[in-house]
Amino acid sequence: MTSSVVTTAQDPPPPAAQTTSSPQKVPALALVAPSVIALLLWMIVPLAMAIWFAFQRYNLLLPDNRAFTGIANFTYILTDPALWVSIGITLVLVASVLVITIGLGTLLAVLFNQEFPGRGIARVLAISPFFVMPTVSALIWKNMLMHPVNGLLAQMTRGLGLGAVDWFADFPLISIIIIVSWEWLPFALLILLTAIQSLDTDQIEAARMDGAKPLALFRFVVLPHLSRAIAVVAMIETIFFLTIFAEIFVTTGGGPGLATTNLAYYIYLKALLEFDVGGASAGGLIAVVLANIVALFLVRSVAKNLDT
Amino acid sequence: MSTVTLKNIRKTYTDTEVIKGIDLDIDDREFVVFVGPSGCGKSTLMRMIAGLEDITSGELLIDGQHMNNVPPDKRGLAMVFQTYALYPHMTVAENMAFSLRLAGVPKAQRYERAKEVGRVLQLEPLLDRKPGALSGGQRQRVAIGRALVRKPKVFLFDEPLSNLDAALRGQMRLELASLHESLQATMIYVTHDQIEAMTLADKIVVLQGGVIEQIGAPMELYNHPRNKFVAGFRGSPKMNFLPVAIAGVGASGITVKLPGGGTVVVPVRPANVQLGDRITLGVRPEHIRIDAENPTIMGEVLVIEHLGDATSLYVKVAGGDTMIVQAEGNRQVSVRDRIPMRIDGNLCHLFDANDITLPKAS
Ligand SMILES: Nc1ncnc2c1ncn2[C@@H]1O[C@H](COP(=O)(O)OP(=O)(O)OP(=O)(O)O)[C@@H](O)[C@H]1O
Ligand SMILES: [Mg+2]
Repeated sequence: MTSSVVTTAQDPPPPAAQTTSSPQKVPALALVAPSVIALLLWMIVPLAMAIWFAFQRYNLLLPDNRAFTGIANFTYILTDPALWVSIGITLVLVASVLVITIGLGTLLAVLFNQEFPGRGIARVLAISPFFVMPTVSALIWKNMLMHPVNGLLAQMTRGLGLGAVDWFADFPLISIIIIVSWEWLPFALLILLTAIQSLDTDQIEAARMDGAKPLALFRFVVLPHLSRAIAVVAMIETIFFLTIFAEIFVTTGGGPGLATTNLAYYIYLKALLEFDVGGASAGGLIAVVLANIVALFLVRSVAKNLDT
Repeated sequence: MSTVTLKNIRKTYTDTEVIKGIDLDIDDREFVVFVGPSGCGKSTLMRMIAGLEDITSGELLIDGQHMNNVPPDKRGLAMVFQTYALYPHMTVAENMAFSLRLAGVPKAQRYERAKEVGRVLQLEPLLDRKPGALSGGQRQRVAIGRALVRKPKVFLFDEPLSNLDAALRGQMRLELASLHESLQATMIYVTHDQIEAMTLADKIVVLQGGVIEQIGAPMELYNHPRNKFVAGFRGSPKMNFLPVAIAGVGASGITVKLPGGGTVVVPVRPANVQLGDRITLGVRPEHIRIDAENPTIMGEVLVIEHLGDATSLYVKVAGGDTMIVQAEGNRQVSVRDRIPMRIDGNLCHLFDANDITLPKAS
């Protein structure tokens, strides 16, 4: 279809523009170099120092007694049963908080996606724990909720005539898991809620026409739609959960015994309570290896998920 | 047998009424097309039939049975969505067989049925692909396949072809027509496309603002629009409307005076109009001829659109109105020419002050 009012004559191509290529060419590498160098320093220097210290006998109590020791730090650390206990505790902690936050987060996301009066306020309330810093929330849980004498939970159970539970003495790891889950549930909820909101309503309606009841709808339409978001949440959370520290420091101090000593706390004990910089650095390197192993599995599964 | 009957169906969202009392009978094996301007309630009406929206009041019968409160999957209907709404994480076969899976049909049987439908829709080589790896037309086919698998009594289509390009749309239109032929199923179809409505429909329902303006066969709407809205809605390009005055009422019809002074005799009965009334004349672009011998109206050409087989002229006539005229493809005219046009009264419609068509003199 042509229209006679519109001039359709072909304009001659404009004279070749010279302005696009600037006269002095700055190589792209030179432009990105500052940030690359900054990043390298940021990453390499601490790592190099950790590696270097890991091969030194270096205790801050005896700073003059410093020498190269080869792999002595590693053999000492790796044969320390406490290290293996702390690795086990780290994995249990990561796994259980992941399961709790993602499981509950998914259910809550489905719930908060429904229309109900006061939904806006409920959403804000559900998300707000995320804005409380870990030290503070750990203190709140320790002194106001789980305290065997003053704690709200103790008062409630006592009110029912059941006596009080001394959470941090009797269930230390479970207590830590509860606290960290409470802090991170909002994060999972937030991501999963936005993911649920991006689900095409037509798909839900098509499934309803196909005869899907609410459970089947969740299982076959909502959950597959959420799988990517769940993978992303799992990955981000794992990175943070591998290094949980403040909550343990504030509440149980790694105890009783080693009951809540994870790898991060173990390294802290080595470095700052025993002043063994060499041993702590060796522990740090082991933590790096562990994080990489976990990350490898996670990145694999996430990448597989993002593929489809 | 599968009939659908709507009795005074209404839909109110919180405080706005969007469907204002629809009565409609859809016969067995009929192909019914809903048309109307955007926002008139076509989708809402279809979704109420499907069971995806509650019916505020009125009665919906399918095969004579009260369906108002029956859940969507128990109504024996299948719906094809404009966005296809395929399940992205399932293969084509799983998509099509999902309803069977929910109904507890064993896997082998499900796959067999999906294959059978895939064969009808030429999807066989694609059965194990995910929707993301299909073209738009193939996705559309899968969406139709998903409806076919359920062997529904009634098919519902909400603008199923509007996301496809023109060529593919033409092809799918033919396939839908032959599908209707071979399945002998009742179909309800929403579209904005004039050609789809004209070619597919046994019966067109014209909606505006939540009420039915007219129901009829495609040619009936084209030849005998009940009012100005229906007349202007059907046909492409649209019908021209000119303000005219009644200059005479006789046995052979009403004589009207056009802007510019020419007169036309339109064979209609003067139901509720009289000499001197100002009314509206409607004439389709394809019914105006360029005729130098007995012109009824003169006009100045503003824009020319060459369509190949035909030429559309946008012509300004006395009084400032613009008319569209369909001329032959090779007609030599140029912009700003003054052209003489002849309007045949037998092919015109007259609309009274309330925009109702004056009845034809028989
Ligand atoms: N959930 C809702 N709440 C309030 N009003 C609604 C709601 N859904 C639709 N409407 C209104 O109902 C009217 C009919 O909508 P509908 O989707 O049926 O239009 P339509 O004829 O299908 O239009 P289109 O051709 O653009 O698809 C519109 O005016 C719309 O604003
Ligand atoms: Mg619509």
